[in-house]
Amino acid sequence: MRDIIFKRLLSICCILILLISAGMIYSLVSGSLSAFGHYGFFQFIGSTEWNPHPDRETYGALSFIVGTLLTSFLALIFCIPFSLPVALFTGEFFRGKKIASFISSIIDLLAGIPSIVYGLWGFYTFRPLIIEMGVNAQGFGILTSSIILAIMIIPYASSLSGEFISMVPNELKEAAYSLGATRYEVIRSVTFPAAGSGVFASYILALGRALGETMAVTMLIGNTNNLPTSLADTGNTMASIIANQFGEADGLKLSSLIAIGLLLFLITAIINLVAKLVIKKLN
Amino acid sequence: MSSLKYRTIKDKTFFYVTCFLASLTVVPLFAIIWELIKKGYKQINWNFFTESAPSTLDAMLARNTGDIIPGGIANGITGTLLMVVLAAIIAIPIGILVGIHLSEHPKTKFSYITRFLTDLIQGSPSIVIGIIAYAWIVKPIGSYSALAGSVALSIMMLPLIVRSTEETLKMLPGSLKEAGLALGASYTSVILKVLLPAAFGGLFTGILLAISRVMGETAPLMLTALGSTTINWDIVKPTSAVPLLIWEFYNDPNLIDMIWSSSLFLLILILSLNIIAKQIAKKWRIQ
Repeated sequence: MRDIIFKRLLSICCILILLISAGMIYSLVSGSLSAFGHYGFFQFIGSTEWNPHPDRETYGALSFIVGTLLTSFLALIFCIPFSLPVALFTGEFFRGKKIASFISSIIDLLAGIPSIVYGLWGFYTFRPLIIEMGVNAQGFGILTSSIILAIMIIPYASSLSGEFISMVPNELKEAAYSLGATRYEVIRSVTFPAAGSGVFASYILALGRALGETMAVTMLIGNTNNLPTSLADTGNTMASIIANQFGEADGLKLSSLIAIGLLLFLITAIINLVAKLVIKKLN
Repeated sequence: MSSLKYRTIKDKTFFYVTCFLASLTVVPLFAIIWELIKKGYKQINWNFFTESAPSTLDAMLARNTGDIIPGGIANGITGTLLMVVLAAIIAIPIGILVGIHLSEHPKTKFSYITRFLTDLIQGSPSIVIGIIAYAWIVKPIGSYSALAGSVALSIMMLPLIVRSTEETLKMLPGSLKEAGLALGASYTSVILKVLLPAAFGGLFTGILLAISRVMGETAPLMLTALGSTTINWDIVKPTSAVPLLIWEFYNDPNLIDMIWSSSLFLLILILSLNIIAKQIAKKWRIQ
Protein backbone atom coordinates (compact mmCIF):
# COMPACT_ATOMS: atom_id res chain seq x y z
CA MET A 1 0.00 0.00 0.00
CA ARG A 2 2.76 2.43 0.98
CA ASP A 3 4.62 1.46 -2.15
CA ILE A 4 1.68 2.36 -4.35
CA ILE A 5 1.31 5.74 -2.68
CA PHE A 6 5.04 6.36 -3.01
CA LYS A 7 5.06 5.45 -6.69
CA ARG A 8 2.06 7.69 -7.26
CA LEU A 9 3.90 10.49 -5.50
CA LEU A 10 6.88 10.07 -7.83
CA SER A 11 4.65 10.24 -10.89
CA ILE A 12 2.77 13.23 -9.52
CA CYS A 13 6.05 15.13 -9.09
CA CYS A 14 6.96 14.37 -12.70
CA ILE A 15 3.54 15.58 -13.78
CA LEU A 16 4.29 18.72 -11.80
CA ILE A 17 7.29 19.32 -14.08
CA LEU A 18 4.94 18.91 -17.04
CA LEU A 19 2.53 21.39 -15.51
CA ILE A 20 5.26 23.91 -14.74
CA SER A 21 6.53 23.87 -18.32
CA ALA A 22 3.01 23.98 -19.75
CA GLY A 23 2.20 26.83 -17.36
CA MET A 24 5.32 28.72 -18.40
CA ILE A 25 4.42 28.52 -22.06
CA TYR A 26 0.78 29.33 -21.36
CA SER A 27 1.63 32.41 -19.30
CA LEU A 28 4.08 33.71 -21.88
CA VAL A 29 1.72 33.14 -24.80
CA SER A 30 -1.37 34.53 -23.10
CA GLY A 31 0.58 37.52 -21.84
CA SER A 32 1.89 38.37 -25.28
CA LEU A 33 -1.36 37.79 -27.20
CA SER A 34 -2.48 41.42 -27.02
CA ALA A 35 0.83 42.69 -28.45
CA PHE A 36 0.81 40.12 -31.26
CA GLY A 37 -2.90 40.77 -31.83
CA HIS A 38 -2.38 44.52 -32.03
CA TYR A 39 0.62 44.57 -34.35
CA GLY A 40 0.58 41.15 -35.94
CA PHE A 41 3.24 38.56 -35.19
CA PHE A 42 5.58 39.30 -38.09
CA GLN A 43 5.03 43.03 -37.89
CA PHE A 44 6.07 42.89 -34.24
CA ILE A 45 9.22 40.90 -34.97
CA GLY A 46 10.12 42.96 -37.99
CA SER A 47 9.67 46.46 -36.63
CA THR A 48 12.49 48.48 -35.08
CA GLU A 49 10.17 51.10 -33.64
CA TRP A 50 10.00 51.30 -29.83
CA ASN A 51 7.98 54.33 -28.89
CA PRO A 52 6.25 54.40 -25.52
CA HIS A 53 4.70 57.84 -26.16
CA PRO A 54 1.06 57.49 -24.94
CA ASP A 55 -0.62 58.75 -28.13
CA ARG A 56 1.31 56.79 -30.72
CA GLU A 57 2.51 53.72 -28.88
CA THR A 58 4.38 51.42 -31.21
CA TYR A 59 6.47 48.49 -30.18
CA GLY A 60 8.66 46.23 -32.27
CA ALA A 61 11.25 43.70 -31.26
CA LEU A 62 13.73 43.72 -34.14
CA SER A 63 16.35 46.02 -32.56
CA PHE A 64 16.48 43.85 -29.48
CA ILE A 65 16.56 40.58 -31.38
CA VAL A 66 19.48 41.93 -33.40
CA GLY A 67 21.14 43.23 -30.22
CA THR A 68 20.80 39.85 -28.54
CA LEU A 69 22.08 37.85 -31.49
CA LEU A 70 24.93 40.28 -32.17
CA THR A 71 26.24 40.34 -28.59
CA SER A 72 25.88 36.59 -28.12
CA PHE A 73 27.57 35.56 -31.35
CA LEU A 74 30.36 38.07 -30.80
CA ALA A 75 30.81 36.74 -27.27
CA LEU A 76 31.01 33.24 -28.70
CA ILE A 77 33.69 34.29 -31.16
CA PHE A 78 35.66 36.17 -28.51
CA CYS A 79 35.56 33.24 -26.11
CA ILE A 80 36.93 30.65 -28.55
CA PRO A 81 40.62 31.72 -28.36
CA PHE A 82 40.51 31.22 -24.61
CA SER A 83 38.08 28.39 -24.01
CA LEU A 84 39.57 26.13 -26.66
CA PRO A 85 43.08 26.30 -25.13
CA VAL A 86 41.52 25.60 -21.72
CA ALA A 87 39.73 22.58 -23.15
CA LEU A 88 42.96 21.32 -24.75
CA PHE A 89 44.88 22.04 -21.57
CA THR A 90 42.53 20.05 -19.34
CA GLY A 91 41.43 17.42 -21.84
CA GLU A 92 44.60 16.72 -23.80
CA PHE A 93 47.93 18.15 -22.65
CA PHE A 94 47.50 17.71 -18.90
CA ARG A 95 44.66 15.22 -18.78
CA GLY A 96 44.27 13.75 -15.30
CA LYS A 97 47.11 15.85 -13.87
CA LYS A 98 46.76 18.05 -10.79
CA ILE A 99 47.34 21.26 -12.72
CA ALA A 100 44.44 20.43 -15.04
CA SER A 101 42.00 19.94 -12.18
CA PHE A 102 43.32 23.14 -10.59
CA ILE A 103 42.69 25.14 -13.75
CA SER A 104 39.28 23.62 -14.33
CA SER A 105 38.14 24.25 -10.76
CA ILE A 106 39.22 27.90 -11.05
CA ILE A 107 37.30 28.17 -14.32
CA ASP A 108 34.30 26.56 -12.61
CA LEU A 109 34.41 29.28 -9.99
CA LEU A 110 34.23 31.81 -12.81
CA ALA A 111 30.81 30.34 -13.58
CA GLY A 112 29.78 30.97 -9.97
CA ILE A 113 30.34 34.72 -10.07
CA PRO A 114 26.94 36.46 -10.19
CA SER A 115 26.05 38.31 -13.35
CA ILE A 116 25.69 41.60 -11.50
CA VAL A 117 29.26 41.39 -10.20
CA TYR A 118 30.50 40.88 -13.76
CA GLY A 119 28.49 43.93 -14.67
CA LEU A 120 30.12 46.03 -11.96
CA TRP A 121 33.56 44.83 -12.90
CA GLY A 122 32.88 45.57 -16.54
CA PHE A 123 31.51 49.00 -15.69
CA TYR A 124 34.32 50.18 -13.40
CA THR A 125 37.37 48.30 -14.64
CA PHE A 126 36.79 47.34 -18.20
CA ARG A 127 34.77 50.29 -19.52
CA PRO A 128 37.60 52.81 -18.87
CA LEU A 129 39.85 50.63 -21.04
CA ILE A 130 37.32 50.75 -23.86
CA ILE A 131 37.12 54.53 -23.56
CA GLU A 132 40.90 54.77 -23.62
CA MET A 133 41.03 52.66 -26.74
CA GLY A 134 38.74 55.20 -28.31
CA VAL A 135 35.99 52.83 -29.35
CA ASN A 136 33.36 55.25 -28.18
CA ALA A 137 33.03 58.10 -25.73
CA GLN A 138 31.04 56.47 -22.96
CA GLY A 139 32.50 53.01 -23.27
CA PHE A 140 29.07 51.39 -23.38
CA GLY A 141 27.92 49.30 -26.26
CA ILE A 142 27.82 46.04 -28.14
CA LEU A 143 31.58 45.50 -28.01
CA THR A 144 31.93 46.11 -24.26
CA SER A 145 29.06 43.84 -23.34
CA SER A 146 30.10 41.04 -25.66
CA ILE A 147 33.63 40.95 -24.26
CA ILE A 148 32.29 40.63 -20.71
CA LEU A 149 29.78 38.05 -21.95
CA ALA A 150 32.66 36.13 -23.51
CA ILE A 151 34.41 35.91 -20.14
CA MET A 152 31.14 34.77 -18.56
CA ILE A 153 30.62 31.88 -20.98
CA ILE A 154 34.22 30.60 -21.01
CA PRO A 155 33.49 28.08 -18.23
CA TYR A 156 30.43 26.70 -20.03
CA ALA A 157 32.25 26.39 -23.34
CA SER A 158 35.47 24.95 -21.97
CA SER A 159 34.35 22.42 -19.39
CA LEU A 160 32.10 20.39 -21.66
CA SER A 161 34.36 20.60 -24.71
CA GLY A 162 37.31 19.57 -22.54
CA GLU A 163 35.37 16.48 -21.58
CA PHE A 164 34.69 15.63 -25.21
CA ILE A 165 38.34 16.15 -26.09
CA SER A 166 39.45 13.87 -23.26
CA MET A 167 37.05 11.18 -24.48
CA VAL A 168 38.82 10.75 -27.83
CA PRO A 169 40.07 7.13 -27.79
CA ASN A 170 43.77 6.72 -27.14
CA GLU A 171 44.16 4.13 -29.93
CA LEU A 172 43.30 6.75 -32.53
CA LYS A 173 45.91 9.14 -31.21
CA GLU A 174 48.51 6.43 -30.76
CA ALA A 175 48.02 5.33 -34.34
CA ALA A 176 48.86 8.84 -35.48
CA TYR A 177 51.85 9.09 -33.13
CA SER A 178 53.20 5.81 -34.43
CA LEU A 179 53.14 7.29 -37.93
CA GLY A 180 55.45 9.99 -36.65
CA ALA A 181 52.97 12.81 -36.14
CA THR A 182 53.77 15.54 -33.66
CA ARG A 183 51.32 16.36 -30.89
CA TYR A 184 50.05 19.40 -32.78
CA GLU A 185 49.41 17.29 -35.86
CA VAL A 186 47.61 14.68 -33.76
CA ILE A 187 45.39 17.35 -32.23
CA ARG A 188 44.65 18.92 -35.59
CA SER A 189 44.04 15.78 -37.60
CA VAL A 190 42.76 13.29 -35.00
CA THR A 191 41.50 14.94 -31.81
CA PHE A 192 39.56 17.77 -33.42
CA PRO A 193 37.85 15.73 -36.10
CA ALA A 194 36.92 13.06 -33.53
CA ALA A 195 35.75 15.45 -30.82
CA GLY A 196 34.54 18.10 -33.25
CA SER A 197 30.80 17.74 -33.00
CA GLY A 198 30.96 17.46 -29.22
CA VAL A 199 33.01 20.64 -29.04
CA PHE A 200 30.54 22.26 -31.44
CA ALA A 201 27.65 21.24 -29.19
CA SER A 202 29.28 22.70 -26.10
CA TYR A 203 29.73 26.00 -27.91
CA ILE A 204 26.07 26.02 -28.85
CA LEU A 205 25.17 25.44 -25.20
CA ALA A 206 27.44 28.33 -24.24
CA LEU A 207 25.66 30.44 -26.84
CA GLY A 208 22.37 29.56 -25.17
CA ARG A 209 23.80 30.89 -21.91
CA ALA A 210 24.91 34.13 -23.54
CA LEU A 211 21.50 34.76 -25.12
CA GLY A 212 19.73 34.84 -21.77
CA GLU A 213 22.29 36.82 -19.79
CA THR A 214 20.64 39.85 -18.30
CA MET A 215 22.32 41.94 -15.66
CA ALA A 216 25.86 42.30 -16.95
CA VAL A 217 24.59 43.21 -20.39
CA THR A 218 22.02 45.63 -19.01
CA MET A 219 24.77 47.48 -17.20
CA LEU A 220 27.10 47.67 -20.18
CA ILE A 221 25.16 47.88 -23.43
CA GLY A 222 24.03 51.48 -23.06
CA ASN A 223 20.27 50.87 -23.17
CA THR A 224 19.20 52.71 -26.28
CA ASN A 225 16.29 51.47 -28.35
CA ASN A 226 17.89 51.76 -31.76
CA LEU A 227 19.03 49.11 -34.18
CA PRO A 228 22.76 48.60 -33.58
CA THR A 229 24.74 48.95 -36.80
CA SER A 230 28.33 48.77 -35.61
CA LEU A 231 30.30 47.28 -32.75
CA ALA A 232 30.73 50.65 -31.09
CA ASP A 233 26.98 51.27 -31.12
CA THR A 234 24.89 51.18 -28.02
CA GLY A 235 21.72 49.11 -28.05
CA ASN A 236 19.60 46.80 -25.97
CA THR A 237 19.17 43.06 -25.85
CA MET A 238 15.87 41.25 -25.36
CA ALA A 239 16.80 40.46 -21.77
CA SER A 240 18.01 43.96 -20.97
CA ILE A 241 14.94 45.75 -22.35
CA ILE A 242 12.77 43.53 -20.14
CA ALA A 243 14.96 44.19 -17.12
CA ASN A 244 14.93 47.92 -17.77
CA GLN A 245 11.31 48.57 -18.57
CA PHE A 246 9.25 45.79 -17.00
CA GLY A 247 8.83 47.58 -13.67
CA GLU A 248 6.96 50.59 -14.99
CA ALA A 249 5.18 48.89 -17.86
CA ASP A 250 1.49 48.16 -18.21
CA GLY A 251 -1.04 47.52 -20.94
CA LEU A 252 0.35 47.18 -24.42
CA LYS A 253 3.93 47.81 -23.33
CA LEU A 254 3.77 45.07 -20.71
CA SER A 255 2.36 42.70 -23.29
CA SER A 256 5.11 43.64 -25.75
CA LEU A 257 7.76 42.97 -23.13
CA ILE A 258 6.23 39.58 -22.35
CA ALA A 259 6.16 38.90 -26.10
CA ILE A 260 9.89 39.64 -26.21
CA GLY A 261 10.28 37.25 -23.27
CA LEU A 262 8.43 34.59 -25.25
CA LEU A 263 10.67 35.13 -28.28
CA LEU A 264 13.76 34.93 -26.09
CA PHE A 265 12.45 31.73 -24.52
CA LEU A 266 11.85 30.23 -27.97
CA ILE A 267 15.27 31.21 -29.31
CA THR A 268 17.14 29.75 -26.31
CA ALA A 269 14.97 26.63 -26.37
CA ILE A 270 15.79 26.02 -30.04
CA ILE A 271 19.51 26.64 -29.50
CA ASN A 272 19.58 24.25 -26.51
CA LEU A 273 17.59 21.67 -28.43
CA VAL A 274 20.07 21.72 -31.31
CA ALA A 275 22.98 21.23 -28.88
CA LYS A 276 21.21 18.36 -27.13
CA LEU A 277 20.47 16.67 -30.47
CA VAL A 278 24.12 16.90 -31.51
CA ILE A 279 25.24 15.44 -28.18
CA LYS A 280 22.64 12.69 -28.35
CA LYS A 281 23.80 11.69 -31.82
CA LEU A 282 27.32 11.30 -30.44
CA ASN A 283 26.30 8.85 -27.73
CA MET B 1 56.38 17.47 -46.39
CA SER B 2 57.93 20.10 -44.23
CA SER B 3 61.18 19.44 -42.41
CA LEU B 4 61.25 17.82 -39.01
CA LYS B 5 62.68 20.91 -37.37
CA TYR B 6 59.88 23.10 -38.68
CA ARG B 7 57.27 20.63 -37.47
CA THR B 8 58.82 20.40 -34.01
CA ILE B 9 58.91 24.17 -33.68
CA LYS B 10 55.28 24.38 -34.75
CA ASP B 11 54.37 21.73 -32.21
CA LYS B 12 56.22 23.47 -29.38
CA THR B 13 54.78 26.88 -30.29
CA PHE B 14 51.27 25.47 -30.29
CA PHE B 15 51.84 23.92 -26.88
CA TYR B 16 53.17 27.09 -25.28
CA VAL B 17 50.53 29.33 -26.85
CA THR B 18 47.82 26.97 -25.59
CA CYS B 19 49.25 26.97 -22.08
CA PHE B 20 49.61 30.74 -22.12
CA LEU B 21 46.04 31.37 -23.26
CA ALA B 22 44.67 28.79 -20.83
CA SER B 23 46.45 30.40 -17.92
CA LEU B 24 45.18 33.83 -19.03
CA THR B 25 41.60 32.70 -18.35
CA VAL B 26 42.46 32.42 -14.67
CA VAL B 27 43.12 36.18 -14.57
CA PRO B 28 39.51 37.50 -14.53
CA LEU B 29 38.59 35.57 -11.38
CA PHE B 30 41.49 36.98 -9.42
CA ALA B 31 41.11 40.43 -10.97
CA ILE B 32 37.47 40.54 -9.88
CA ILE B 33 38.17 39.26 -6.36
CA TRP B 34 41.10 41.67 -5.97
CA GLU B 35 39.04 44.63 -7.14
CA LEU B 36 36.20 43.81 -4.74
CA ILE B 37 38.55 43.37 -1.77
CA LYS B 38 40.48 46.53 -2.57
CA LYS B 39 37.42 48.71 -2.84
CA GLY B 40 35.07 46.93 -0.47
CA TYR B 41 36.92 45.98 2.70
CA LYS B 42 36.57 49.46 4.24
CA GLN B 43 32.80 49.24 4.41
CA ILE B 44 32.66 45.84 6.04
CA ASN B 45 32.15 46.15 9.77
CA TRP B 46 29.65 44.95 12.34
CA ASN B 47 26.98 47.45 11.28
CA PHE B 48 27.25 46.21 7.74
CA PHE B 49 25.57 42.98 8.82
CA THR B 50 23.11 44.32 11.38
CA GLU B 51 21.69 47.50 9.86
CA SER B 52 19.42 48.10 6.90
CA ALA B 53 20.52 49.93 3.80
CA PRO B 54 21.05 53.64 4.44
CA SER B 55 18.92 56.33 2.85
CA THR B 56 20.41 58.44 0.09
CA LEU B 57 20.50 61.47 2.41
CA ASP B 58 22.48 59.73 5.17
CA ALA B 59 24.90 58.40 2.61
CA MET B 60 25.34 61.85 1.08
CA LEU B 61 26.02 63.45 4.47
CA ALA B 62 28.59 60.79 5.29
CA ARG B 63 30.25 61.24 1.94
CA ASN B 64 30.47 64.98 2.41
CA THR B 65 32.26 64.60 5.73
CA GLY B 66 34.47 61.89 4.30
CA ASP B 67 33.17 59.16 6.61
CA ILE B 68 32.28 55.67 5.52
CA ILE B 69 28.63 55.29 4.69
CA PRO B 70 26.57 54.27 7.73
CA GLY B 71 24.24 51.32 7.64
CA GLY B 72 24.54 47.92 6.05
CA ILE B 73 22.75 45.31 4.05
CA ALA B 74 20.83 43.50 6.78
CA ASN B 75 17.57 43.84 4.85
CA GLY B 76 19.25 42.22 1.86
CA ILE B 77 20.81 39.40 3.86
CA THR B 78 17.53 38.52 5.58
CA GLY B 79 15.64 38.79 2.29
CA THR B 80 18.09 36.53 0.48
CA LEU B 81 17.91 34.06 3.37
CA LEU B 82 14.12 34.10 3.39
CA MET B 83 13.74 33.65 -0.36
CA VAL B 84 16.49 31.06 -0.81
CA VAL B 85 15.22 28.96 2.10
CA LEU B 86 11.67 29.14 0.82
CA ALA B 87 12.82 28.27 -2.70
CA ALA B 88 14.80 25.33 -1.34
CA ILE B 89 11.78 24.08 0.62
CA ILE B 90 9.74 24.12 -2.58
CA ALA B 91 12.36 22.76 -4.96
CA ILE B 92 14.28 20.12 -2.97
CA PRO B 93 11.47 17.57 -2.28
CA ILE B 94 10.01 17.84 -5.78
CA GLY B 95 13.44 17.74 -7.39
CA ILE B 96 14.59 14.70 -5.45
CA LEU B 97 11.36 12.79 -6.09
CA VAL B 98 11.51 13.54 -9.83
CA GLY B 99 15.17 12.51 -9.83
CA ILE B 100 14.25 9.20 -8.15
CA HIS B 101 11.55 8.59 -10.74
CA LEU B 102 13.94 9.28 -13.62
CA SER B 103 16.62 6.94 -12.27
CA GLU B 104 14.08 4.21 -11.43
CA HIS B 105 12.40 4.34 -14.83
CA PRO B 106 15.17 5.61 -17.12
CA LYS B 107 13.72 4.48 -20.43
CA THR B 108 9.97 5.10 -20.36
CA LYS B 109 8.43 7.66 -22.67
CA PHE B 110 7.16 9.57 -19.66
CA SER B 111 10.72 9.87 -18.34
CA TYR B 112 12.00 11.08 -21.70
CA ILE B 113 9.39 13.82 -21.74
CA THR B 114 10.11 14.78 -18.14
CA ARG B 115 13.84 14.91 -18.85
CA PHE B 116 13.28 17.00 -21.96
CA LEU B 117 11.12 19.48 -20.06
CA THR B 118 13.62 19.64 -17.21
CA ASP B 119 16.26 20.64 -19.75
CA LEU B 120 13.86 23.17 -21.22
CA ILE B 121 13.33 24.79 -17.82
CA GLN B 122 17.04 24.72 -17.10
CA GLY B 123 17.80 26.46 -20.37
CA SER B 124 15.26 29.23 -19.89
CA PRO B 125 16.81 32.63 -19.29
CA SER B 126 16.42 33.81 -15.71
CA ILE B 127 14.60 36.95 -16.78
CA VAL B 128 11.95 34.83 -18.51
CA ILE B 129 11.48 32.88 -15.29
CA GLY B 130 11.04 36.24 -13.60
CA ILE B 131 8.21 37.05 -16.02
CA ILE B 132 6.59 33.69 -15.26
CA ALA B 133 6.71 34.19 -11.50
CA TYR B 134 5.32 37.67 -12.06
CA ALA B 135 2.39 36.26 -14.00
CA TRP B 136 1.78 33.43 -11.51
CA ILE B 137 2.19 35.16 -8.16
CA VAL B 138 2.61 38.94 -8.40
CA LYS B 139 -0.41 39.54 -10.64
CA PRO B 140 -2.93 37.42 -8.66
CA ILE B 141 -1.75 38.77 -5.28
CA GLY B 142 -1.54 42.28 -6.62
CA SER B 143 1.79 43.04 -4.98
CA TYR B 144 5.45 42.19 -5.38
CA SER B 145 6.42 39.64 -2.77
CA ALA B 146 9.10 37.38 -1.33
CA LEU B 147 6.89 34.45 -2.27
CA ALA B 148 7.03 35.39 -5.96
CA GLY B 149 10.81 35.75 -5.71
CA SER B 150 11.19 32.33 -4.15
CA VAL B 151 8.90 30.71 -6.71
CA ALA B 152 11.16 32.13 -9.43
CA LEU B 153 14.26 30.87 -7.65
CA SER B 154 12.71 27.45 -7.02
CA ILE B 155 11.90 27.04 -10.73
CA MET B 156 15.58 27.72 -11.42
CA MET B 157 16.75 25.28 -8.72
CA LEU B 158 14.41 22.47 -9.69
CA PRO B 159 16.15 21.19 -12.84
CA LEU B 160 19.58 21.34 -11.18
CA ILE B 161 18.37 19.19 -8.28
CA VAL B 162 16.54 16.76 -10.57
CA ARG B 163 19.67 16.27 -12.66
CA SER B 164 22.08 15.84 -9.75
CA THR B 165 19.72 13.39 -8.00
CA GLU B 166 19.34 11.32 -11.15
CA GLU B 167 23.08 11.26 -11.88
CA THR B 168 23.94 10.34 -8.29
CA LEU B 169 21.39 7.54 -8.02
CA LYS B 170 22.54 6.16 -11.36
CA MET B 171 26.07 5.80 -10.01
CA LEU B 172 24.98 3.61 -7.07
CA PRO B 173 25.55 -0.11 -7.64
CA GLY B 174 22.38 -2.04 -8.44
CA SER B 175 23.32 -4.64 -5.84
CA LEU B 176 22.54 -2.11 -3.10
CA LYS B 177 18.89 -2.00 -4.07
CA GLU B 178 18.70 -5.75 -4.67
CA ALA B 179 20.19 -6.49 -1.24
CA GLY B 180 17.57 -4.31 0.39
CA LEU B 181 14.73 -5.93 -1.54
CA ALA B 182 16.11 -9.41 -0.85
CA LEU B 183 15.94 -8.73 2.89
CA GLY B 184 12.23 -8.19 2.44
CA ALA B 185 12.21 -4.42 2.76
CA SER B 186 9.49 -2.66 0.84
CA TYR B 187 10.27 -0.66 -2.28
CA THR B 188 9.61 2.59 -0.45
CA SER B 189 11.92 1.81 2.45
CA VAL B 190 14.68 0.60 0.13
CA ILE B 191 14.61 3.94 -1.66
CA LEU B 192 14.19 6.13 1.38
CA LYS B 193 16.41 4.20 3.81
CA VAL B 194 19.03 2.63 1.58
CA LEU B 195 19.43 4.51 -1.69
CA LEU B 196 18.93 8.09 -0.49
CA PRO B 197 21.33 7.80 2.49
CA ALA B 198 23.91 6.19 0.22
CA ALA B 199 23.47 9.01 -2.28
CA PHE B 200 23.42 11.72 0.38
CA GLY B 201 26.79 13.24 -0.53
CA GLY B 202 25.87 13.65 -4.17
CA LEU B 203 22.43 15.02 -3.39
CA PHE B 204 23.85 17.48 -0.89
CA THR B 205 26.42 18.70 -3.41
CA GLY B 206 23.70 19.22 -6.01
CA ILE B 207 21.56 21.16 -3.55
CA LEU B 208 24.44 23.39 -2.46
CA LEU B 209 25.38 24.13 -6.07
CA ALA B 210 21.76 24.92 -6.90
CA ILE B 211 21.54 27.29 -3.92
CA SER B 212 24.78 29.02 -4.85
CA ARG B 213 23.52 29.38 -8.41
CA VAL B 214 20.28 31.17 -7.46
CA MET B 215 21.74 33.21 -4.63
CA GLY B 216 23.35 35.70 -6.99
CA GLU B 217 20.35 36.01 -9.29
CA THR B 218 19.20 39.57 -9.74
CA ALA B 219 17.05 39.71 -12.85
CA PRO B 220 14.16 37.45 -11.76
CA LEU B 221 14.00 39.16 -8.38
CA MET B 222 13.65 42.58 -10.00
CA LEU B 223 10.36 41.42 -11.52
CA THR B 224 9.12 39.57 -8.43
CA ALA B 225 10.52 40.65 -5.06
CA LEU B 226 11.21 44.25 -6.11
CA GLY B 227 13.10 45.26 -2.93
CA SER B 228 12.38 46.94 0.36
CA THR B 229 14.17 49.44 2.56
CA THR B 230 13.51 47.61 5.81
CA ILE B 231 13.92 44.07 7.06
CA ASN B 232 10.86 42.11 6.02
CA TRP B 233 9.89 38.58 7.04
CA ASP B 234 6.37 38.65 5.56
CA ILE B 235 6.35 36.45 2.48
CA VAL B 236 3.56 38.36 0.71
CA LYS B 237 5.31 41.74 0.95
CA PRO B 238 8.08 43.17 -1.23
CA THR B 239 11.45 42.03 0.02
CA SER B 240 15.01 42.97 -0.64
CA ALA B 241 17.94 40.68 -1.43
CA VAL B 242 21.67 41.23 -1.56
CA PRO B 243 21.87 41.31 -5.38
CA LEU B 244 18.86 43.64 -5.50
CA LEU B 245 20.60 45.98 -3.07
CA ILE B 246 23.71 45.97 -5.25
CA TRP B 247 21.51 47.00 -8.17
CA GLU B 248 19.94 49.81 -6.10
CA PHE B 249 23.33 51.05 -4.91
CA TYR B 250 24.60 50.97 -8.47
CA ASN B 251 21.78 53.24 -9.58
CA ASP B 252 22.20 55.72 -6.72
CA PRO B 253 25.31 57.93 -7.01
CA ASN B 254 25.36 58.58 -3.25
CA LEU B 255 25.38 54.92 -2.33
CA ILE B 256 27.89 53.84 -4.93
CA ASP B 257 30.55 53.04 -2.30
CA MET B 258 28.32 50.33 -0.90
CA ILE B 259 28.36 48.19 -4.04
CA TRP B 260 31.87 46.88 -3.46
CA SER B 261 31.34 45.63 0.06
CA SER B 262 27.97 44.08 -0.82
CA SER B 263 29.41 42.40 -3.90
CA LEU B 264 32.39 41.15 -1.90
CA PHE B 265 30.04 39.66 0.68
CA LEU B 266 27.86 38.02 -1.98
CA LEU B 267 30.84 36.67 -3.91
CA ILE B 268 32.51 35.19 -0.81
CA LEU B 269 29.23 33.55 0.16
CA ILE B 270 28.67 32.03 -3.27
CA LEU B 271 32.24 30.95 -3.92
CA SER B 272 32.56 29.30 -0.51
CA LEU B 273 29.30 27.42 -1.06
CA ASN B 274 30.72 26.32 -4.41
CA ILE B 275 34.01 25.18 -2.92
CA ILE B 276 32.32 23.34 -0.03
CA ALA B 277 30.04 21.57 -2.51
CA LYS B 278 33.00 20.47 -4.65
CA GLN B 279 34.90 19.23 -1.59
CA ILE B 280 31.93 17.14 -0.49
CA ALA B 281 31.62 15.74 -4.00
CA LYS B 282 35.29 14.79 -4.01
CA LYS B 283 35.11 13.04 -0.62
CA TRP B 284 31.96 11.25 -1.50
CA ARG B 285 33.35 9.89 -4.73
CA ILE B 286 36.36 8.31 -3.05
CA GLN B 287 34.25 6.23 -0.65
